[in-house]
Amino acid sequence: MSFDWIVKIMSENWLMFIRGAGITLYISIIGTILGFIIGLLVGVIRTIPIPERGVKKVILKIINFILSVYIEIFRGTPMIVQAMVIYYGAALAFDIDMNRLSAALFIVSINTGAYMSEIVRGGIVSIDKGQFEAAHAIGMNHIQTMVNVILPQVIRNILPATGNEFVINIKDTSVLNVISVTELYFQTKSVAGNNFRYFESFFITCIIYFIMTFTVTRILRSIERKIDGPDNYVMYANQMQVDRPENMMNRTTNDI
Amino acid sequence: MEHVIDIQHLSKSFGAHEVLKDIDFSVDKGEVVCIIGSSGSGKSTLLRCVNLLENPSGGRIIYKGVNILDDNHDVYAYRTKLGMVFQQFNLFNNHNVLDNCIVGQTKVLKHSREDAKKVAMKYLKVVGMEQYINAKPKQLSGGQKQRVAIARALSMEPDVMLFDEPTSALDPEMVEEVLKVMKQLAEIGLTMLIVTHEMEFAKDVADRVVFMDGGVIVEEGCPEQIFNNPTQERTREFLKRILK
Repeated sequence: MSFDWIVKIMSENWLMFIRGAGITLYISIIGTILGFIIGLLVGVIRTIPIPERGVKKVILKIINFILSVYIEIFRGTPMIVQAMVIYYGAALAFDIDMNRLSAALFIVSINTGAYMSEIVRGGIVSIDKGQFEAAHAIGMNHIQTMVNVILPQVIRNILPATGNEFVINIKDTSVLNVISVTELYFQTKSVAGNNFRYFESFFITCIIYFIMTFTVTRILRSIERKIDGPDNYVMYANQMQVDRPENMMNRTTNDI
Repeated sequence: MEHVIDIQHLSKSFGAHEVLKDIDFSVDKGEVVCIIGSSGSGKSTLLRCVNLLENPSGGRIIYKGVNILDDNHDVYAYRTKLGMVFQQFNLFNNHNVLDNCIVGQTKVLKHSREDAKKVAMKYLKVVGMEQYINAKPKQLSGGQKQRVAIARALSMEPDVMLFDEPTSALDPEMVEEVLKVMKQLAEIGLTMLIVTHEMEFAKDVADRVVFMDGGVIVEEGCPEQIFNNPTQERTREFLKRILK
């Protein structure tokens, strides 16, 4: 009986599951936060207005080019392949034997950073031009404008998209088993390899993944409400995988 | 009279379209100048060129004896000397009313928060918005927003206030409250440069009225002269259309 097996596997291997889930959460939390910071930096740099002439123009153009290469490459290749190339490539090219966990954090961070850069850029572009002009008119430069006026609004607006990235990271860390990071999927593979009950083992893992993503979604939603205070900003929506119609209803009624 | 801002041979093109053609124009200390003209005549662009929200294509803008269009000039320091009030208010959405008036002082002028708050409260009182310091912009009406925007600009204690059609986005009954505040500012001797469609206001408050059409200054003079005895045919036509 499958159910008996599930109970048996759970009671015998619970520590491995918990450890795996812990590593998975750790990688995805750190990866999302670092990726978020990378995204903010890249987004701010890519929206610096380019002057019409001078050295500054050339430097900005070069930096922008490098940043778009970074974004295109990391968005355009699968993370599982990046993991292999970076982990084994580092060993081959520079003779660096990377710690598996730090390699995992590095890969997830820069991968998330590439996506977040575009999300942040979208958030910045969606802010009314008048906000920039008003900030410039009282003498703020680009950085001051961003820090004091634009980014606080952007961060609020991109929270749903950031939540998405977080959920995606929780699930996608499973591909890191190819470089033997002992996250949840890797642990499950070991468990299943011992008892040969693949369905039951992975069914447990399935539930654990769902509990993690669902909890994270709920937490993020309550953070959003907290930031909003008594009433709401207009939302910047992007691939609203985690949003439900009744939430959207609430928002429109609270608006204005 | 001392020129606060002296504009010489200013031109501005968007691509092949020439919006401003060889503008010569100055504002004296304590003077209230109203710029009138039909839509697309270049009056807003002129105002936005003065504080470099638009980059002029040619010409000079002299402020305190220095051409601010020189490459090495500090644009940001210059802008703190000009208060700008926008048609669409453009209050910072992430700040409440008080912080809207404080953030420029603390972050750009590097004043302490206490000093900034005193100055902000002083000007919020001038515009009659001191009771709303905790409100967010979206909780205010258009007229209230514009009054806060005026207080925000005043809080930087600028040499010149620029108004870009400050009442054009307001409901008729809110126009008065904003014009009243502006009239008050004119009376205390603030230097103001106002782009407006409110002819009665211009007649009432302006020391000098400038009529623009097709990217050039057609005529300028005291309100009586412009409104009662315009010398140019284009001015006459415009006023006939507007005043009926």
